[in-house]
Amino acid sequence: MGKLVLEGISKRFGAVEVLKTVDLDVADGEFIVIVGPSGCGKSTLLRIIAGLSDQSTGTVLIGGQDVSSLPPSKRGIAMVFQSYALYPHLTVEGNLTLGLKQARTAASLIAERVAEAVRILALEPFLKRRPGELSGGQRQRVAIGRAIVRHPEVFLFDEPLSNLDAALRNQVRAEIADLHRRLGATMVYVTHDQVEAMTLADRIIVMNGGIVQQIGTPSDLYRRPANAFVATFIGSPGMNMVPGVAAGGVLTLAGSGRLPCTAAANGAVTAGIRPNGFEVLPAGNDGLAGTLIGSEYLGAESFLRVRLTDGTVVTVHEHPDHGWLIDQPVTLRLRPCNLHLFDAESGLRIAEGPDAAPQPVAARVA
Amino acid sequence: MTQTIARRFQISTLAAHLVLIGFTLLALAPTLLVVMNSFKPRKEIFGAPLALPSFETITLIGYDTVLKRGDILHYFQNSLIVTVCALFFIILFGAMAAFALSEYRFPGNRLIGLFLVMGIMVPIRLGTVGILKMMVSLGLANTLFALILVYTAQGLPMAVFVMSEFMRQVSDDLKNAARVDGLSEYTILFRLVLPVVRPAIATIAVFTMVPIWNDLWFPLVLAPGESTRTMTLGAQSFIGQFITDWNAVLAALTLAIVPMLILYLMFSRQLIRGITAGAVK
Repeated sequence: MGKLVLEGISKRFGAVEVLKTVDLDVADGEFIVIVGPSGCGKSTLLRIIAGLSDQSTGTVLIGGQDVSSLPPSKRGIAMVFQSYALYPHLTVEGNLTLGLKQARTAASLIAERVAEAVRILALEPFLKRRPGELSGGQRQRVAIGRAIVRHPEVFLFDEPLSNLDAALRNQVRAEIADLHRRLGATMVYVTHDQVEAMTLADRIIVMNGGIVQQIGTPSDLYRRPANAFVATFIGSPGMNMVPGVAAGGVLTLAGSGRLPCTAAANGAVTAGIRPNGFEVLPAGNDGLAGTLIGSEYLGAESFLRVRLTDGTVVTVHEHPDHGWLIDQPVTLRLRPCNLHLFDAESGLRIAEGPDAAPQPVAARVA
Repeated sequence: MTQTIARRFQISTLAAHLVLIGFTLLALAPTLLVVMNSFKPRKEIFGAPLALPSFETITLIGYDTVLKRGDILHYFQNSLIVTVCALFFIILFGAMAAFALSEYRFPGNRLIGLFLVMGIMVPIRLGTVGILKMMVSLGLANTLFALILVYTAQGLPMAVFVMSEFMRQVSDDLKNAARVDGLSEYTILFRLVLPVVRPAIATIAVFTMVPIWNDLWFPLVLAPGESTRTMTLGAQSFIGQFITDWNAVLAALTLAIVPMLILYLMFSRQLIRGITAGAVK
């Protein structure tokens, strides 16, 4: 029912190609998050799905029906905007009902739908107020309510949390996750925040420069990033990228450390290691030699910044009361199974051969 | 330290107010002179033009002449019809054109915008001969409709320019939300965008209505007939080649100020309301 299919969608403005061929198959009830830095084409893609801008090529199918040439209101979608976009001259009730009235829905059905949305979002106290009299979080809830009453096949969210402050953002994020569970509706959610993407999504689409970089579950993306961009974009703090040279199953990193690696890698590579992939040891041990240049204490954990001998600065996850001193020489030892290898030029992940080190069990289960 | 800053601030505020008050007096003086002298007999107007009318000298003779001789109410009606209709069309078509220019990408968008800006810079009076010929061949000479058309054309460029700038600031999300809700582009323009740009409309209304009301040129050229005479043209009928009834002229001019004042107050209230509505949002 709420199946969304994109076939060969692309978009160009004159000579500029802002979206390169996108193919996507969203199952009914799936929560898809499109994530990427600003200008990566994620909002353009959402607007094409909504029908607010035209694709240059390709087809949009919603619920099995080709909606490419239908106006937004006929596509069976509802959209929640970053700036809430509530009608300033209407009350909350007016905002909720306008779309249905426009579609000449029966009054009894409108009342029923509004009552349902009000119950789900606890909007009862605000019904007679205007958007100007509501706080940011309340406004966004009304905007979500306006989407719910349409009973759309697909919900579209365009950075709905960006205008909220940090505390409220977490709260509304949880509300959206609850909503998805309760309604079981198909949702497409655009954000530039990888934390939102990781926490909400069934599947994530990572985009950069108008090109889909990778589509996968949050754990796919975290454990097996398809390229260097996805590797650095997903995860916080980002993955450390250390230049190295691979030859015959041995990887030489940052001028000092030698590690075993897949035989498939040969020549200049980039090694990706997450902050928690390192173990900090006193200088002189086997591993990557470096100097501690900074430490960020976060209460439950600390992040160290270590400059390696070739000048690369890496971030390392450490116990909050680690006791290391700034300017102290240290050795970083790589924990097993925490090495991602990317081609130094193309940035693509280097596939592990059959003789590759076994992946951790958890990754296989996921 | 804080005291000196406060004092400096006071002095600069005082200076600013002095300049503003001076300018206000300068701007108001001629109008005041007209109103004052319209209540004085002819001898007094020339004998002591700067004196206020006293109990002995105050007279309504000018108003008497105006109301009796000229068909002043009819002139009033003509002026009002022309001004209000032109204003309506300027705002209606101006809003529609501005919406198109600010909202849609289409080839020639910038060119049309530039063309309209040129309309602001080139005075429409340069085309008087052409306009007159056109109106005559359309059979519109000596009709109020001719004036309405010309004034609409005269006011549109500025209206489009100002409104399209304002409309660019209206949130895209709001318009898109309306599109998702199935509102037509006309509904979006008239129900969502126009209320938001109300301050712009009030500004345009105030700035286009006064020149239209006060214009003498086009009524003289296009509609000098008795039935289509406007207020300003009507006032001219008291100015003769040899004898000018100054009482009547001044009285007519004073009367001509009144409707403008009312319209201005109406729009300026709207303007303030528009601004505060925007602030609350």
